[in-house]
Amino acid sequence: MTPLLAAENLVKSFSVSTGWGKPKRFYAVDTVSISVERGRTLAIVGESGCGKSTVGSLLLRLQDPDSGSIRLDGEDAMALDSNGLRRFRRRVQVVFQDPFASPDPRERIREVLVRPMLLHRLCDRPEALKRAAALMEAVGLSAEQLDRFPHQFSGGQRQRIAIARALSVQPDLIICDEPVSALDVSVQAQVVNLLQDLQRDTGVAFIFISHDLAVVRHLAHDVAVMYSGRIVEQAPTRELFDNPRHPYTRALLAAAPRVEIQRKSHVLLTGEPPDPTNRIAGCRFAARCPYVQDRCTQEEPPLVPVNAAHLSACFFATTLPQVETLPDTLPGTSASARMAAYRRARDRQTQQAEDI
Amino acid sequence: MTTAPASHSLIRRLVEDSRSAFGMALVSILVLAAVFGPVLSSYAPDAADFMATLAPPSADHFLGTDDLGRDVLSRILSGARVSLLVGVISVGGAVLVGLPIGLVAGYLGGRTDAVLMRCMDVLLAFPGILLALGITAALGASLTNTIIAIAVINTPTIARVTRAQTMLVSSLDYVKANRALGFSNLTIMTRSVLPNALSPVLVQASLLLASSIITESYLSFLGLGVQPPTPTWGSMLRDAISFIDQATWLAWFPGAAIFLTVLGFNIFGDGLRDRLDPRD
Amino acid sequence: MKLIVTRVLSVIPVLFGLCVLSYTLLAMIPGDPITAMLGMDATPEAIAALRAKFALDEPLPLRFISWFGHLLIGDLGRSIQSGRPVLSMVMTAMVPTMQLGLAALLISLVIAIPAGVISAARRNSVADYSVSLISLAGLSLPSFWLAILLVLFLSIRLQIFPSSGYVPIGEDPVGALRHITLPAITLGVAMAASTMRMTRAAMLDVLNADYIRTARAKGLPFRRVVWKHALRNALIPVTTLVGLQLGQLMGGVVVTETVFAWPGIGKLTVDAIFARDYPVVQGAILASAVLFVFINLATDLLYATLDPRLRKRA
Repeated sequence: MTPLLAAENLVKSFSVSTGWGKPKRFYAVDTVSISVERGRTLAIVGESGCGKSTVGSLLLRLQDPDSGSIRLDGEDAMALDSNGLRRFRRRVQVVFQDPFASPDPRERIREVLVRPMLLHRLCDRPEALKRAAALMEAVGLSAEQLDRFPHQFSGGQRQRIAIARALSVQPDLIICDEPVSALDVSVQAQVVNLLQDLQRDTGVAFIFISHDLAVVRHLAHDVAVMYSGRIVEQAPTRELFDNPRHPYTRALLAAAPRVEIQRKSHVLLTGEPPDPTNRIAGCRFAARCPYVQDRCTQEEPPLVPVNAAHLSACFFATTLPQVETLPDTLPGTSASARMAAYRRARDRQTQQAEDI
Repeated sequence: MTTAPASHSLIRRLVEDSRSAFGMALVSILVLAAVFGPVLSSYAPDAADFMATLAPPSADHFLGTDDLGRDVLSRILSGARVSLLVGVISVGGAVLVGLPIGLVAGYLGGRTDAVLMRCMDVLLAFPGILLALGITAALGASLTNTIIAIAVINTPTIARVTRAQTMLVSSLDYVKANRALGFSNLTIMTRSVLPNALSPVLVQASLLLASSIITESYLSFLGLGVQPPTPTWGSMLRDAISFIDQATWLAWFPGAAIFLTVLGFNIFGDGLRDRLDPRD
Repeated sequence: MKLIVTRVLSVIPVLFGLCVLSYTLLAMIPGDPITAMLGMDATPEAIAALRAKFALDEPLPLRFISWFGHLLIGDLGRSIQSGRPVLSMVMTAMVPTMQLGLAALLISLVIAIPAGVISAARRNSVADYSVSLISLAGLSLPSFWLAILLVLFLSIRLQIFPSSGYVPIGEDPVGALRHITLPAITLGVAMAASTMRMTRAAMLDVLNADYIRTARAKGLPFRRVVWKHALRNALIPVTTLVGLQLGQLMGGVVVTETVFAWPGIGKLTVDAIFARDYPVVQGAILASAVLFVFINLATDLLYATLDPRLRKRA
């Protein structure tokens, strides 16, 4: 069966001007292949700057990859005429991270939802208005709020609007780029549950880009772990969390079972990711890896199957020392608790400010 | 959503509001003078009266007369019309040309951006008045050519401001989301980007009105702008130099007219900036 | 270092654009320069001979290439009016213009820096509001009006300074100083206005910075913190503006030089336009624009050396 969306060997580099001679290339995405089936959720996780958002932007065809292919239902999405691209755009949608930059501040919610339907000629305007009202209910808002402007909503509500906007064109796939990481924890849970309900009801597939392992574990069917522009491990969610086969994934899991990786990763992860302007020989994680061997700095480990559905880019995937099973819910460290409390307070403050 | 400390913000607001009001008042006076000028004065601006040459300000002639006995007040009122006309049309023209250039360059980026902006850089590399001088020298001195020249020197400024703001807005999520929804570049530029990029352009345009009026008066003062017999403030000052030791009012009033008008537009532009961009 | 090289190289296309623009601008002139040279009653033979001599029959791009070739070896043509080489006329005129520019810069700094600093140090005081009102007025003051008023009061009424003319500084230093005063004040006031605003803004930024708070917390007197520590850092952005100002000053220079009969590049341009001496117009405008580009370049480079953050990034 053809996957809904399949990308192979995507490469995206940016030129970094140094002033002297040839500009260096910065490889944001380096030979990445992923695919997602209908009605399923694939999560892409990694630290900030690992290239996961660039992958999203390539899959959305907002940026052109240097090389590689993207297929939607087997059809080449790289060689589309303008009509084909329009059909692609209807089928693949997006929800971004920042709820405050996501809806156009000058557009009423009604227009935000109705215009895409009319653009893709899904229905006429009276019908579009009805559908917009239904969409609002579907994402847990009310049809009366259609007349409002984005600034009259809270962060979580705006994210619901962004989801409704994506749903307005009845897509097959929604790429969610950190859709909940800017939200208060309790609101996060609501939005994640909403996404799950929508998947159950409409059969939409998600590519869920996140650094939040707790959310990913809850939501995703499959997980791909990215490090420094490459996928280092990919497996069904349960398998990946129970039996991680890459030292980087292990470090992530050990560092942050319940809180974000970004803030807490240095508990186990020391050192910095390599400078991606230089494609070094050997494994990119070698410099930070506790199990590093000579071989790791000489040749690059390919992403190969460890078992049927589990891929790892580590030479020693099968021989890594056994990890003690990580309990499902670890209480956060005192620092993480403080962080969460701070965030809650901050969100409450902004919400109050909005209410005024 | 920060609320400024109340203590000195009240004084501040008072000062600034009265300032803005002052600027608006000056601009309104200019507009009124330009529109109703002929009604306000009983003399035609170019009616010579050889019985009353170089007459000092009096009840007959509030601001005196010049060497040909023409009423200075009438000429200043009629000069207001020229100043406003040149200012508004040259800034309007610059917006008409510069705004699309900046929008396209900022939104599309890449090579389009590089080419368009290099062209603007070249125009910007000329000191404004010299470019205007060159253009009027090439095209001939007249009202139309003065407007064209000033519009040309205003265009790159508008294009730059629009481009910078467009780049800022284009990187926002709602623009990316609209692209992902399949809206065309034109739709996104006009419906999503432009309305959100407009306020700094408006501020810049109002400040350019001030500088355009000054540039027009420079050109007319040099004799390379609007030509006689059309009265302009610049050319009135030019004529005043010859009689500076006998008739100081010829120098005082047109200069004051330029000064107050430009001051009005500058204050107005500043006020607009504070209103639209409340960062401070 | 890399930054500097990139910046220097970026000047080249702009300079070339300037050449193209100033050439085409003057090539657009309606009417024939030959007619302008020889007058209306010239014989057809004489016109044909001159056209051939100046190669006016060739298409515009070809003429541009030959003109540009001459330009590269420093040949800007000759004045139609006097027959002198344009390059030497432009060079001669640059000297008084630069003297005027520097004198004006000095005056503007003497006014603007203290005013800006006081304004920022006593934010929202009466002094602050007066300074910002004065600078707004200065920005709106047409410089030729100021020039006329200065002449009226200081040279006609009080007879302190001469109303026009130029004396080379080598011949008569006192006379040179007396002659340069009024034009320099005229230009300096215009520059001071925006320098004042910039100084104030930069000082406010710096005064809010942590190290200034630390210095104050250590008990250093406020006056000393303001004038020693803060000012030094605030001057960095001010430098940029002053450089840009020098360039924009050219507008004021044209008018000021005309009023005061100051034999600089501005007066040369205006006189040449009236005399329809197009090679001189072309040369003078091009020279001013090139000067402007280099002043901007120098400013950027100076800024890069002054600001350690930029130096590090490069």
